[in-house]
Amino acid sequence: MIEATGLTKHYGRTVAVDNLSFTVSEGKVTGFLGPNGAGKSTTMRMILGLDRPTSGDVRIDGQHYRDLHQPLRTVGALLDAKWVHPNRSARAHLRWLAAASKLPRSRVDEVLDLVGLGGVADKNAGGFSLGMSQRLGIAAALLGDPKVLLFDEPVNGLDPEGILWIRKFMHRLAAEGRTVFVSSHLLSEMAQTAQDLVVIGRGKLIHQGTVDEFIAHATESTVLVRSPELEKLGEHLLGAGAGISDDGDALRVSGMDSAAIGELAAAKQITLHELSPQVGSLEQAFIQLTGDSVEYRTAEAAQRAGQEERA
Amino acid sequence: MSVLNAERIKLLSTRSPWWCALLAVALPVGLTALIASQAQIDPGDNGGSVQVTQMLASLGRAVVMVMAALSVTSEYRFGTIRSTFQAVPHRTTALLAKTVVTAIPAMLIGAVVGFGSWAVFRAINSFPALALDSAEDWRAVAGQIVVYGITAVLALGVGILIRQTAGAVAVLLVYALLVEGLVGLIPKIGDDIQHWLPFFAADRFLGVQAGPPIDDLPLGPWGYLAYFAAVAAVVLTAGILSAQRRDA
Repeated sequence: MIEATGLTKHYGRTVAVDNLSFTVSEGKVTGFLGPNGAGKSTTMRMILGLDRPTSGDVRIDGQHYRDLHQPLRTVGALLDAKWVHPNRSARAHLRWLAAASKLPRSRVDEVLDLVGLGGVADKNAGGFSLGMSQRLGIAAALLGDPKVLLFDEPVNGLDPEGILWIRKFMHRLAAEGRTVFVSSHLLSEMAQTAQDLVVIGRGKLIHQGTVDEFIAHATESTVLVRSPELEKLGEHLLGAGAGISDDGDALRVSGMDSAAIGELAAAKQITLHELSPQVGSLEQAFIQLTGDSVEYRTAEAAQRAGQEERA
Repeated sequence: MSVLNAERIKLLSTRSPWWCALLAVALPVGLTALIASQAQIDPGDNGGSVQVTQMLASLGRAVVMVMAALSVTSEYRFGTIRSTFQAVPHRTTALLAKTVVTAIPAMLIGAVVGFGSWAVFRAINSFPALALDSAEDWRAVAGQIVVYGITAVLALGVGILIRQTAGAVAVLLVYALLVEGLVGLIPKIGDDIQHWLPFFAADRFLGVQAGPPIDDLPLGPWGYLAYFAAVAAVVLTAGILSAQRRDA
């Protein structure tokens, strides 16, 4: 289990992580979701004792990372697949990590075979493709057969085959009863990989719960209505307590289902051309939730967001 | 021990330390051989002293500094320092292990350079004066072992502090090859400062390089060795303290 309480990290005047509290439980894949620059990697580095929190605390099974004895046996992590010496072979890279944790040399060959790098073990890691580097990183994370695993954006830049492989791998690790904490900026990816979610934006916690809860909570269902008397219909809908927003030549109605809207239109004798319920997409929900907390966005996106707010 | 073993595997599993070691030996020993073969020997000349054979050892020392600094700056460059601290979160232990694993090969190189330079010089110009028959002679030759070891520790400390290869190597080489020599040119106080500079101290211990007689200096040869070691220890401690406080 990973427990963060009031975790805060400042870099000069920039607040990377702001009073973040969450728990990651055992036997599950917990997704760590947030836009780029939300503070996911910083949080992971603090979990591993690489960065010192400005305030707050994070513990693994009740202990600080720095106090763990031979920590690779407890926590395995892949934060950046390129953290290898390019002129060192994959096998040598794993061998020194194994030596530091007093793991037998045979374990190195085991994990190399496990991730499918047995054939290129003596090749220098600098010549590896991104997919191979990710596999090497995962091999390093698994070296000490740890109970807790951390992966930072493991599918970034991978081809579909690689993504599928990683996804299956995460499930297998969680099924073995391990704690798996995996970050991503893609909600659709997390929806397929994770059971639990920790969602952050600008270093702050936005949501913690199951993926299903998050989707239900975040995706507001709306009804798209088309009518020749749109303005009149809109007034009646507002009068009935529904929320409306313009969507081109249609209205997007929230807080009222399609049956109620149809009955209202019939009662007021308004002709309807279309009445279609819309289920919000996951990506939309994510953007809605984190929209205000995106650190870096294009001017265009910012402008569009501004227009939406005015509407 | 496990941490030492990990550092040993790390050091020996890339090629650059091997090339550095080869260069650190070949440069001073090769040039010493060249000088020995071209030396103008007057009739009746006894060949000077053992110290003459060690004139170029400082070249190998410069290469060892690069090797030692690289052993840590390349970890920062490629991000493996984070894996190191992940595997060994007690950073002092990790960095002290690296210090040991850097200093031992440096001492071996020092031994090969010291005795190698002396042996090739003697093989080419066999003078009785070149025999190792006094404490000073032994200090000049075998002393390279400790001087190279301490030099590696000093350079590693600078590497930990600066973290970037280019920066650390530039600082070390410019300092060792230029600054120490130029300080003596400062009017009035130059000499007094120079007498307390680390590589000046190392050379006084070895008894090589031209300079004022040791009796006119603030420390004796062994005092200078202790002083040189203390400077290296201070730099290394500063490096470790800053690595503990910094984010990796």
